[in-house]
Amino acid sequence: MNAITDQTIRSATISCLVENEAGVLARVIGLFSGRGYNIDSLTVAPVDDGRGRSRINIVTSGTAMVIEQIKAQLDRLVPVYRVGDLTMSGAHLARELALVKVIADGQMLIDALLEAGRHGARVVDATTGSFIFELSESTEVIDAFIGALRSLGLAEISRTGVAAMACGTSTI
Amino acid sequence: MTQTIQTAPALPDAASAETAPGAEILLRALKDQGVEVIFGYPGGAVLPIYDAIFQQNAIRHILVRHEQAAVHAAEGYARSTGRVGVVLVTSGPGATNAVTGLVDALMDSIPIVCLTGQVPTHLIGNDAFQEADTTGITRPATKHNYLVKKPGDLARVVHEAFYVARSGRPGPVVIDLPKDILIGPAPYAEKPEQPHRSYRPATSPQPEQIARAIALLKTAKRPMIYIGGGVINSGDRASEALIRFVRKTGFPCTSTLMGLGAYPSSDKQFLGMLGMHGTYEANLAMHGCDVMLNVGARFDDRVTGRLNAFSPDSRKIHIDIDPSSINKNVAVEVPVIGDAGLALEALLEAWDANPAAAPDVSTWWAQIAQWQAIDCLKFRQTREKGGIIKPQHALQRLQDITRELGRETYISTEVGQHQMWAAQYLRFEKPNRWLTSGGLGTMGYGLPAAMGAQIAHPDALCIDVAGEASILMNIQEMATLAQYRLPVKVFILNNQYMGMVRQWQELLHGSRYSESYSEALPDFVKLADSFHAVGMRATCIDELDDVIRAMIAEPRAVIADICVDQKENCFPMIPSGAAHNDMILGPEHGTALADGRAAGLTDEGLVLV
Repeated sequence: MNAITDQTIRSATISCLVENEAGVLARVIGLFSGRGYNIDSLTVAPVDDGRGRSRINIVTSGTAMVIEQIKAQLDRLVPVYRVGDLTMSGAHLARELALVKVIADGQMLIDALLEAGRHGARVVDATTGSFIFELSESTEVIDAFIGALRSLGLAEISRTGVAAMACGTSTI
Repeated sequence: MTQTIQTAPALPDAASAETAPGAEILLRALKDQGVEVIFGYPGGAVLPIYDAIFQQNAIRHILVRHEQAAVHAAEGYARSTGRVGVVLVTSGPGATNAVTGLVDALMDSIPIVCLTGQVPTHLIGNDAFQEADTTGITRPATKHNYLVKKPGDLARVVHEAFYVARSGRPGPVVIDLPKDILIGPAPYAEKPEQPHRSYRPATSPQPEQIARAIALLKTAKRPMIYIGGGVINSGDRASEALIRFVRKTGFPCTSTLMGLGAYPSSDKQFLGMLGMHGTYEANLAMHGCDVMLNVGARFDDRVTGRLNAFSPDSRKIHIDIDPSSINKNVAVEVPVIGDAGLALEALLEAWDANPAAAPDVSTWWAQIAQWQAIDCLKFRQTREKGGIIKPQHALQRLQDITRELGRETYISTEVGQHQMWAAQYLRFEKPNRWLTSGGLGTMGYGLPAAMGAQIAHPDALCIDVAGEASILMNIQEMATLAQYRLPVKVFILNNQYMGMVRQWQELLHGSRYSESYSEALPDFVKLADSFHAVGMRATCIDELDDVIRAMIAEPRAVIADICVDQKENCFPMIPSGAAHNDMILGPEHGTALADGRAAGLTDEGLVLV
């Protein structure tokens, strides 16, 4: 009882397996906006072409009772097969992809390249006045990388949302 | 001379690859789902369906006069029979007119399948004539919706829609049908063995949870059973199991607005409805109980009042088929996910199996009897000749006379004070006899809902208890009553105001009656006449009984205009933002309101509806 009435806000990473049918994403987004829940990040892609299913990963936040509500509301949508709370079910991986453009020259450009190397990002585009770096990592590492580039000619950022999965043998 | 009889072309059987026009396949799928009645209104996009309806007899079509009324009529049909209500409307404005009814069905968990026409597939998204993004608009208004884009999907989608509408927590489903799909050829598909790939709601309660619930109930000293609409949705068996369980335990019970009739109202273990306008004893018992068993209710804000003061010392068990309703507003100790009927039957067995003795609740009943002695619903009706009729008295007499005549009776209401008085003063002994808009509170619900019930029960007495403001919202349905000779009785409690709005304006806004006076009312007797019905009026207490008897005896539809006291307020009342034990009682109880501001009302409460 105490757990459910706890008022602290926590972040939750939820993955759900859904029918890959027209309107299913609109349905999920409508659920969140209609009930005033947060969407910090959302990704969706087909995972099972043969059986026509997609996986939606959502990072949200709220009290324990709100997170339980979100899961229950998702689960009762007709096209939803299964809902998994990755934050609650133990160790999990959460990864984002970021493409980051730096426009600079001279020493600043060299420093940007060194910063990329330091964070494990790779160069996917290079000119004499710019780089595009690609980094696939956790949100925190990407945030740190972008932060480091702010004074080194950061020009454009394009990020996907979080794709997440439980470690080990469990599946949602 | 031999006569050549034209027969309709035989439909292909499921095994063959033959096809028939989509509209015929649609009707066949409906027929296979057991549909007998469709409530609808034609239009360009659905002409193929209307053509197919014209050429068959299996399904009856009831022509309403506004698409909103089609959905409310289907709701009345569904609630009074337990079956799925079916609606047929055209594209564009037909579909958008239906939205209010769909949201109403969603809030009250009524199974509806609504077929909407749509422009041909190649014109979708082109701003065509009478085009609307029906699937986009109805997505948050329905349990689920479909747009049929391929003829091969048509029959399958219909079967799926019925399954979704009636399974788990029932609700409305929309099927958007582009015109080319209805005209072009389509194959038939039988009802599938496996009803759905992803949607399979759990209905059987877990035995461990049932055992925990019983163990908790047996420790109770002040138990309370809180009944909701879920028992009605579950069916007659759930109501029967509920009655046996309440009688076996000897516990007191109360019901929400939507649950009335699941347990017989006249029974001594029933404390009346609870909530904002519930009885004194029901609210205080909920407030003071130590173990609460919620069967099929959702802890709605009309029931709980201020949440942090709701039943503060009780341990709660919540039986609900919808897991998202559990721990939504109120944290409970023992959640039981499952169908109400199955859960109640499991509780009965577990009660007998658990060795602990049944708790002695006689002290609790003695306390409840003290609260009942307050007689919170009492009112004073003058008997003087020419005296004004109190609305509560009008309903009391309606109750007494209908009971005396012993006919199977269905009551629907509109929304407002009359609705609350109907819930307080009319007695419901059986489920599916009470049709009201609880969750959405839609004015204009009652007349079409009574119409739907009358279609389902042609020999029953169907009465719409209405206010004079509400009844105007779907008054055009009087024409439907005339066309199908439906003897619905419209019982108007005419107080010349939107009563509930006026009451709140009196209590919270210094009696500034802004836009709540029913200006320029029609003469309801003449109105009835113009719609080929019978109009009656009672202006004073001497006329009331005769009008009620004449109304019931009349074989045609009736509008009875009952002129009642304009200043009556609906009590008891828990003002918004107050707790269950902060009830205001009526003037008969000496707690008159001072300064137009209700006791216990907070600024927080003011912003609540």
